[in-house]
Amino acid sequence: MLKDFGIIGIFVLGGLFFTGAALLTNWIIRPKEHHNENATSTFECGLDTRGPTWVQFRINYFLYALIFVVFDIETVFLYPWAVRFNSLGVFALVEMIIFIAILALGLWYAWKKGALEWK
Amino acid sequence: MDSNNNITSIWDFFQNPIIMNLLIGVVYFAAIAAFITVLVIILMWMDRRVAAFFQERLGPIKYGPQGLLQPVFDAVKMVSKGNITPRNVDKLVYNLAPMLIFMTTLLVYAALPYGKNLTVVNLNVGVLYLIAISSTATIAILMGGWGSNNKYSLIGGMRTVAMIISYEIPFAFSLLGIIMLTGSMNMTDIINAQKNVWFVFLQPLAFVVFMITAMAELNKSPFDLPEAESELVAGFITEYAGMKFGLVYLAEYANMFSMAAIAVTLFFGGWQGPLLPSWLWFLIKTLLMVFFIMWIRWTLPRIRIDKMMKLNWKVLIPLSILNIFLTGIGIKLYQYFTGMGGV
Repeated sequence: MLKDFGIIGIFVLGGLFFTGAALLTNWIIRPKEHHNENATSTFECGLDTRGPTWVQFRINYFLYALIFVVFDIETVFLYPWAVRFNSLGVFALVEMIIFIAILALGLWYAWKKGALEWK
Repeated sequence: MDSNNNITSIWDFFQNPIIMNLLIGVVYFAAIAAFITVLVIILMWMDRRVAAFFQERLGPIKYGPQGLLQPVFDAVKMVSKGNITPRNVDKLVYNLAPMLIFMTTLLVYAALPYGKNLTVVNLNVGVLYLIAISSTATIAILMGGWGSNNKYSLIGGMRTVAMIISYEIPFAFSLLGIIMLTGSMNMTDIINAQKNVWFVFLQPLAFVVFMITAMAELNKSPFDLPEAESELVAGFITEYAGMKFGLVYLAEYANMFSMAAIAVTLFFGGWQGPLLPSWLWFLIKTLLMVFFIMWIRWTLPRIRIDKMMKLNWKVLIPLSILNIFLTGIGIKLYQYFTGMGGV
């Protein structure tokens, strides 16, 4: 197990090396003309860009995000249950049905409350 | 005698298990990197030919047999392009993003089963690992969108986040049925469990949900919202040029193959098949799956972001929960009627 993740660690380092090498090759053999003001300006459709970009972005979907966290944690609970499902018997099935039913109820409540609308 | 001694010590050095595994890992990495490079060239050619085929054009046919060398020239062009970095970008985040996007792709390739006993790492949490790693790319895309300091890029990046919080849940839920049937998250175990019947026949609902969410995960039309060309120029890759753009492009095509490979492994029996060697079956099935993805991609128009979220939360999540219930009850009924046999 440790060996497997060691190899994945090598893949992380190798990925850095590979992408770094690609960017370096590009940097070495690129045409070295001087870029003028316009070439390095922020892209906009013909006009100069107006106002700052790094602003407080209004995220319309933050209610989705809140429900997402709940369901993501539910996923963490469901995966071990699914692996052991065959050996656990009917009790586990009923238990999990109750567990999912509570969350489905939550989803239904959020739905009725209008949290799943793009506002 | 002295030199002999020396050779023995070098041999001992390589016999050291840590060094040995390190070398094996490096060899694996080199093999996968070479595989991805060749694969992307084939996929780029295939994508352009398939697109042309669907639009009643010829596509690239000039260079090489059937235009197969076209992507090679494209790649050479991309590497030798001018390296324009806009002066307003956040340099660190902007430059790191393409590297991270490609790295997540590479990590997915580490856990795919390419054939019988042909895996880089055979993780016992394979499915969970693939879900986790493939969704990490979202952070890299958001980094690119934010770091570019461009309004189109920012909107593209924000849309990626909106997408992941929608499709991630049905994506993960749709695979639960398979894990319940197999009793394991190991990719090889899942393939072996499909010896008699492919899971696409036992889990048709899960397959539909999986394919829709996989298209969203790939950022392909109908869910190509983060890089919607007609609205956002190129979305989060607007400010990228040269090889930085090339890496994102490379990762995009490589992702298409890895997602098809996951679909084949989980639903179509992976590398299993008669007569031909297992790796060839894997390639045939996966390329057919890639063709299917391209088919969807060039057929359906883009969906609006709020409709996309609505589809995921109000249709796909209830469907995938229903699928878990049906699978659970089905397995228990099967066990009840046939004694305690697994599927």
